Amino acid sequence: MELKLPIYLDNNATTPMDPRVLETMLPYFTDNFGNAASRNHPFGWAAEEAVDYAREQVANLIGADPKEIIFTSGATEADNLGIKGIFEMYASKGNHIITCTTEHKAVLDTCKHLEKLGAQVTYLEVLPDGMIDLAALENAITDKTILIAIMYGNNEIGVVQPVKEISAIARKHNVLFFTDGTQAVGKIPVDVIADGIDLMAFTAHKMYGPKGIGALYVRRKNPRVKVTAQMDGGGHERSMRSGTLNVPGIVGFGKAAEICKNEMAAESARLRILRDKLENGLLQLEESYLNGHKENRLPHTTNISFKYVEGEGLLMGFNKNIALSSGSACTSASLEPSYVLKALGLGDDLAHSSLRFGLGRFTTEEQIDYTIKAISDTVNKLREMSPLWEMFKEGIDLNSIEWAHH
Amino acid sequence: MAYSEKVIDHYSNPKNVGTLDKSKNNVGTGLVGAPECGDVMRLQIEVNEEGVISDAKFKTFGCGSAIASSSLATEWLKGKSIDEAIAIDNMDIVEELNLPPVKIHCSVLAEDAIKAAINDYRVKNGLPALEEAKH
Repeated sequence: MELKLPIYLDNNATTPMDPRVLETMLPYFTDNFGNAASRNHPFGWAAEEAVDYAREQVANLIGADPKEIIFTSGATEADNLGIKGIFEMYASKGNHIITCTTEHKAVLDTCKHLEKLGAQVTYLEVLPDGMIDLAALENAITDKTILIAIMYGNNEIGVVQPVKEISAIARKHNVLFFTDGTQAVGKIPVDVIADGIDLMAFTAHKMYGPKGIGALYVRRKNPRVKVTAQMDGGGHERSMRSGTLNVPGIVGFGKAAEICKNEMAAESARLRILRDKLENGLLQLEESYLNGHKENRLPHTTNISFKYVEGEGLLMGFNKNIALSSGSACTSASLEPSYVLKALGLGDDLAHSSLRFGLGRFTTEEQIDYTIKAISDTVNKLREMSPLWEMFKEGIDLNSIEWAHH
Repeated sequence: MAYSEKVIDHYSNPKNVGTLDKSKNNVGTGLVGAPECGDVMRLQIEVNEEGVISDAKFKTFGCGSAIASSSLATEWLKGKSIDEAIAIDNMDIVEELNLPPVKIHCSVLAEDAIKAAINDYRVKNGLPALEEAKH
């Protein structure tokens, strides 16, 4: 079978919709277009029924009760609602939040915003492999701590945090535990009961569902958790998030969740094999480095730095044919290199030379073979053009050079 | 980000990649930038007895625009006198390659590399260094 280009290996950014999901959504744009809150006629009833069913599908994926699912516009909104909602609701208990430096901006910027409103936030450093230091976490807890916010799986390096252990620490000290599950839900088994999670944000478009729809899981038992609404209005979602429900989006989210639940075990096993093949193939190159813990990782993600070549230049060698992202400053709007890679203690030069691969449901072995070759060829070609590679080969210690900065 | 055709061409078929013998008196070497910034350019010129640049080579660690800027610089340098080379301005590079605002610093670095190579040549040959460029 002929290999179709371009190849998509950026599934951590977003995923294509599974055709089965799209099919399930379509009637809700046209025939069943009712507002799920219209209690008085069949259009509304049909919409409400569809939402109820999807809510159950989503809850099933994470081991929750449907009543514990609040639909939002995505994970960013769910992060905002979870963190700001707890801060406001539990203000009488305290104002201290503990998070870590490798969180998504949706969590970090929300915390920064709350600091302006009087929150005290501790941003824990991670270990060089990207893992949280559990002792440091426990030490940071005070009698004013109301929330620990640590992501389940990291979007850049795929590292999976020790969620059960974090939850145990949180429980011991009577602190709520929020996790951004965006990259983990649907890819690895996440169970809010077994994992001891009190609040969790996740989204449809990372699991082959539509963009524009996500959810916040809010625990109702042991303990009962409440969040102050950030969107006021008609009192939708048990008054925790007002706004007409995105019925087609929710239906799609439900279907996507159901497919993940049924196919996750086989899919993650398949992707792990392909990911390992890609990783081993690329780590054959001299001076290439894996970023993040090798074992505690999402099965479909790998982040590799290629020393002495720059990330954007590297992408240019094949990005017409392979879709990836890089931790290079040039590829970020701010011209700063990836803060996640920097948090691991990586020098800026290795952060600049990194590539992130996110495999997915539609990734094939053929695509992986093509990718290994294309990237290896480009790395070698760029090294021939790199003064740093030449100096390295001559045995010059680059750290000893005084660079002419601007 | 869309690259101009010229940037893509320089990246895919870079002109004058290589290394000159920096110990030779008529070779000037400019090494500018820093690995932490994601941009390092090494530009070298070989100057003949008439004071004309007979050969130029570069190696660059950087994005497509940085590679193109330095590749273009070596193309322009060949055949120019030192004085003509000093006159090359980064905005000439920006115009030629159609660099967007966020990539202008790549052209600035290339201009710095040219001046650094010329300076190195001058200092080696007992001439005064150029005045510090103001950016």
